[in-house]
Amino acid sequence: MKYVILGAGPAGVTAAETLRNVDPTATITMIGGEPEPPYSRMALPYLIYGKVGEDGTYLRQDPKHYDDQRIRYIQGRAGGIDSRAKKLSLSTGEVLDYDKLLIATGANPIMPPIPGSNLEGVETCWTLEDARQILKYADKDSPVVLVGAGFIGSIILEALYLRGCKITVVELAPRMVARMMDETAGGMLGRWCESKGVKVLTNTRVDSLAKGEEGQPRLQVGFSNGESAPADLVVLAVGVRSNTGFLVGSGVKTNTGIVVDNYLQTTAPDIYAAGDCCEGIDISTGKPDMLAIQPVAVEHGRIAALNMAGHKHHHRGSLNMNVLDTMGLISSSFGLWQGAQVGETAKLVDEDNFKYMKLEFEGDKLVGAQCVGMTDHVGMLRGLIQTGFSLGEWKDKLLVSPERLREAYLAVAHAHPTTGPMAPHINTPRVGNHAGASGH
Amino acid sequence: MGWTGKVLRVNLTNGTVQSEPLNMDWAQQYLGQRGLATKYLVEEIDAQCDPLGPDNKLIFATGPLTGTCASTGGRYSVITKGPLTNAIACSNSGGYFGAELKFAGWDMVILEGKSPKPVYLCVTDDKAELLDASDIWGTSVWKTDEWIKAKHQDPMMHVATIGISGENGVLYSAIVNDLHRAAGRSGVGAVMGSKNLKAFAVRGTKGVKVRDGRAFMKATNDGKQVLAENAVTGSGLPTYGTQVLMNAINEAGASPTRNSREVQFEGAHDISAEAMATPRSTDGEKNLQTNQACFACTIACGRISKIDEKHFTVVNKPEYWHSSGGLEYEAAWALGNNTGVNDLEALTYAQFICNEQGLDPISLGATISAAMELFELGLITTEQTGGIDLKFGNAEALVKCTELTGKAEGFGKELGLGSARLCAKYGRPDLSMSVKGQEFPAYDARGIQGMGLTYATSNRGACHLRSYTVASEMLGIPEKTDPLVTEGKAGLVKAFQDATAAVDSAGICVFTTFAWTLEDIAPQVDAAVEGGWTPDKMLEVGERIWNMERMFNHRAGFTGKDDMLPPRLMKEAAQTGPAKGLVSGLDKMLPEYYQLRGWTADGVPTTETLSRLAV
Amino acid sequence: MLKALVIDAGKCTACKQCEMACSLENEGEFNVAKSRIRVFDFHTEARFVPYTCTQCAEAWCQQACPVNAITTDGMGVKVVHDNLCVGCKVCTIACPFGTVNYNASTGKVIKCDLCGGEPACSDACPTGAITYQDVEQGGFDKMKVWATQSANATTTEGPNTPKAGQASGTGH
Ligand SMILES: Cc1cc2nc3c(=O)[nH]c(=O)nc-3n(C[C@H](O)[C@H](O)[C@H](O)COP(=O)(O)OP(=O)(O)OC[C@H]3O[C@@H](n4cnc5c(N)ncnc54)[C@H](O)[C@@H]3O)c2cc1C
Ligand code: SF4
Ligand code: SF4
Ligand code: SF4
Repeated sequence: MKYVILGAGPAGVTAAETLRNVDPTATITMIGGEPEPPYSRMALPYLIYGKVGEDGTYLRQDPKHYDDQRIRYIQGRAGGIDSRAKKLSLSTGEVLDYDKLLIATGANPIMPPIPGSNLEGVETCWTLEDARQILKYADKDSPVVLVGAGFIGSIILEALYLRGCKITVVELAPRMVARMMDETAGGMLGRWCESKGVKVLTNTRVDSLAKGEEGQPRLQVGFSNGESAPADLVVLAVGVRSNTGFLVGSGVKTNTGIVVDNYLQTTAPDIYAAGDCCEGIDISTGKPDMLAIQPVAVEHGRIAALNMAGHKHHHRGSLNMNVLDTMGLISSSFGLWQGAQVGETAKLVDEDNFKYMKLEFEGDKLVGAQCVGMTDHVGMLRGLIQTGFSLGEWKDKLLVSPERLREAYLAVAHAHPTTGPMAPHINTPRVGNHAGASGH
Repeated sequence: MGWTGKVLRVNLTNGTVQSEPLNMDWAQQYLGQRGLATKYLVEEIDAQCDPLGPDNKLIFATGPLTGTCASTGGRYSVITKGPLTNAIACSNSGGYFGAELKFAGWDMVILEGKSPKPVYLCVTDDKAELLDASDIWGTSVWKTDEWIKAKHQDPMMHVATIGISGENGVLYSAIVNDLHRAAGRSGVGAVMGSKNLKAFAVRGTKGVKVRDGRAFMKATNDGKQVLAENAVTGSGLPTYGTQVLMNAINEAGASPTRNSREVQFEGAHDISAEAMATPRSTDGEKNLQTNQACFACTIACGRISKIDEKHFTVVNKPEYWHSSGGLEYEAAWALGNNTGVNDLEALTYAQFICNEQGLDPISLGATISAAMELFELGLITTEQTGGIDLKFGNAEALVKCTELTGKAEGFGKELGLGSARLCAKYGRPDLSMSVKGQEFPAYDARGIQGMGLTYATSNRGACHLRSYTVASEMLGIPEKTDPLVTEGKAGLVKAFQDATAAVDSAGICVFTTFAWTLEDIAPQVDAAVEGGWTPDKMLEVGERIWNMERMFNHRAGFTGKDDMLPPRLMKEAAQTGPAKGLVSGLDKMLPEYYQLRGWTADGVPTTETLSRLAV
Repeated sequence: MLKALVIDAGKCTACKQCEMACSLENEGEFNVAKSRIRVFDFHTEARFVPYTCTQCAEAWCQQACPVNAITTDGMGVKVVHDNLCVGCKVCTIACPFGTVNYNASTGKVIKCDLCGGEPACSDACPTGAITYQDVEQGGFDKMKVWATQSANATTTEGPNTPKAGQASGTGH
């Protein structure tokens, strides 16, 4: 078997490893589009503020890992795919035969049509190379304009903040993280940012980017509200789009992303797709969607690989979920955080202390959630949503006291004998077990 | 290291909070919790002050072992001048609150002044705030706990709060933490209410470190082993709770019954530990559902009980159908033997109400029983009681009185005065079974002579927890003494008082002393904190604390004349049981006790004693 | 032989000795807020439930980690490598059991690692509610059953499990 994997992000690497795992004798080739070892885009913010070096962003630390796994890792860009001849041609001129092909090319940042966006100091934050550029321009106290306060924009915001930059963030939507959380949460995040000295301009567009005056910062940024601001660096984070341009004429159908079936197979024979480049099923809606998050890329990568290797594996769908640390204020959202069409909501708001919790129910099931300022056992929200457990009487309790969700989780996930209370029981200390922890 | 070294001072009048370093010299002299906080209190308040006025202070204090893995290391105490007694008040509680306070980084929190409006104190590590409590003023302990956790979206907070009784100055209101553990006695809850402080919520994420980790693990593990091997702490208490005593004390003829008119209760068996663990004939379930430990406790004597849903107390009241903190011995006795009620479910319900509204069940039960006697004598009538037929043995009357007192409504307002004030009001002060205004608990001073001296000399008014000579006189711990004689009891009481004061200052539970002596405890304390803590040093600290408390009471106006039992115990002999024909021999024990204490014949510590102890 | 913590909630008294032992072992101090095991108090149902990571076969946390900071050791234990963890918290939302927690004071995550084979919590438990047993032995456990239930979205194999052939039974 000859497997070719196009893309060396989390989806691609996971797929390659899974294939090796289930098919020890196959030939596996993985192609990265960038001159780097396979790395994680998610880790770039930590590189920017110096928590890790470049090697800290690598998906696998051991440089021999891919050799050990007998995964041939090469670099090049996709030229074209001939799905009938089962050939993939690369920009390097190399042409690869495959039995099964996985497309895992991820997404690309959208470039907003702002005049001047090609100027020096205007960057996206998507690749390791981008990060290197940002590091060049973002010094301590540098004025920086961040365009876009979505989920990824907000992550970049924190990195720039921790680097010591003076930040203005510009967002077209009326609030921050508009596609991850509601007005209350977005408003809290905005207030929090302001309290940390970040200037937040919502309902605002960047209209122009121009070279700064002599002796002034490199750039001058014009806003739709008529104001303008100087900047040493402008970071564009207005969204991403699946990276599928090279598929024109390949027989692989695309929509906003590559169209896949429940086995992550594309419309072309023996071609699969995984990660940010495709539209997998969103478990909350049952509909295809491009979720563009790391855990989904990994999940896709593994399931696609299993299917490629003939272990038929149905993909039920992935849960949309995000966690965000905004200068110490941690927020998260899961599933249908906007609420079900017909459902009930439990909500607690503490504006003074930047705490928020909102649970969305459909029937007696949890279908969505968002939290600000809560981290302990937060994964239980995923557990409850993804398993679709009936909450029974706990739903009513949660409607009144959503903060008791951990108890609810334990109560339903570890359903004790449901009829009648537990037989009374008494616990006495054991003798002789106090050899105990060693002490420090 | 053991101590966090930090004290939080909260001025309720100005609404300010402030951190200050712990006085480490005092820490060496008074160890922590009861001793150390009392030292702060006596230095800072006028002993003559009005306990419910703004000049009184309220201190929440942990000990050096609080928040460690030493068994039972989760205790805290509330120290103030008590409104029931006008004496020093120090009420100790378990649950999880104390450890959480320590984890937040505080040895002690001193609350002073009086807030102009209802507030609650919210402490999250270093951050302390006084927040508006108008939404919870007028609600129960249980509602308050729920409201605060929801407000802060944090179910891992621990809350100590008063119920409606505390807000309304019921003189034996408790401060209840973790829903059913209480700093129960002497009316500390009323002091909290008088300050317009509804609750104290805490969340701590800072660690507690000990001086010598290795030695600490050795000492605490050894200690746990001793507890596990001991019959009382290893099986009696976990299996039966303190209720293990109900039948035993009754058989010993030392169970005050119907306001101490009798010393044995014919219904004791119906409300005993055994009854709690026997399936009910009505619904086949047991009253006792399981046992629960307090923080770090390897004994786990706590009772978690469930009331029969069909019982008259809770029928159509599903809010009481869940399990919650059930009866322990003192409460079962006070609400049961003492009022002549043998309905286990009714007593459990009354206990739930005590938890829900923050009442001390001992003083409550004893006050109701005094009122019952006044009622039977015709001094109180249904006119005062609002129609309640307040006869001994009437379970419905007991329940109604408990509810009314919890909410400080109707006749409950009078009951809320405590038995001493109530009996005085109706012309029979002798019918109050109290010392220094505080009702005594479940041991009759005629049947267990040492307890008579214990009650009479207890610094916080009648109390069993200041020197539990029952351990020696009934259980033979550390050695058996005869409960019916007075000889040797003065020394026994003094030894118990001093040791207990030290234990109460360490952050652990006094029940450990069924198995532990200071020889077991000192190494744990010593490994936790600096200072070379030997058993002798602890005993000396205990004695110092005792004398300091005594001096406070002396300045507050108490004299040797207040070391007195109710005349009934001194004059009316027990009519049944082993103590038949006996009265309390307090008059024989007291002079010897004063002498052993190094006090004058009037019960005042001499200057030599005070200087020997550096009080 | 794989060993695991077997939790018998029926024996738990909610004393929290396990939480203290865990925090002492892993943080060098008594600090239940940073314990990897937590006891939930259902006293209204007369039930106390100690709860921690089951070292689930799916290793959701490990799969989600962008920098391979969580790996599975030879005993099947999922271990966080502090030197690699960037603190992104994705594992905390990915673990459907909620047993990876963020530790704000270090900026990294914490989870149970079975104390390298000598679990402090089970040693400290006074009632035998937490024991360390061979996985195959009796009743391990409701949690595992549940882990499988919740796995119906994906397979039972983690992406970083390098050994060939192990996954032959996956899928379907
Ligand atoms: C700054 C930042 C922060 C993020 N933070 C989070 C977060 O906190 N949580 C989260 O869940 N997600 C986060 N994400 C998103 C997450 O990184 C992506 O969802 C994830 O990387 C998708 O993985 P993938 O394998 O599908 O694609 P990618 O990681 O994008 O990998 C695509 C691979 O394909 C290669 N490639 C692309 N085009 C071609 C071509 N034509 N020919 C050959 N090779 C090609 C690329 O070089 C790359 O190797 C973040 C992203 C960024 C940029
Ligand atoms: S932390 Fe969660 S996902 Fe990770 S091994 Fe444990 S249970 Fe599984
Ligand atoms: S928080 Fe650390 S261990 Fe968890 S996913 Fe992120 S880098 Fe990995
Ligand atoms: S095994 Fe160790 S790390 Fe895991 S919960 Fe127990 S004490 Fe904590």
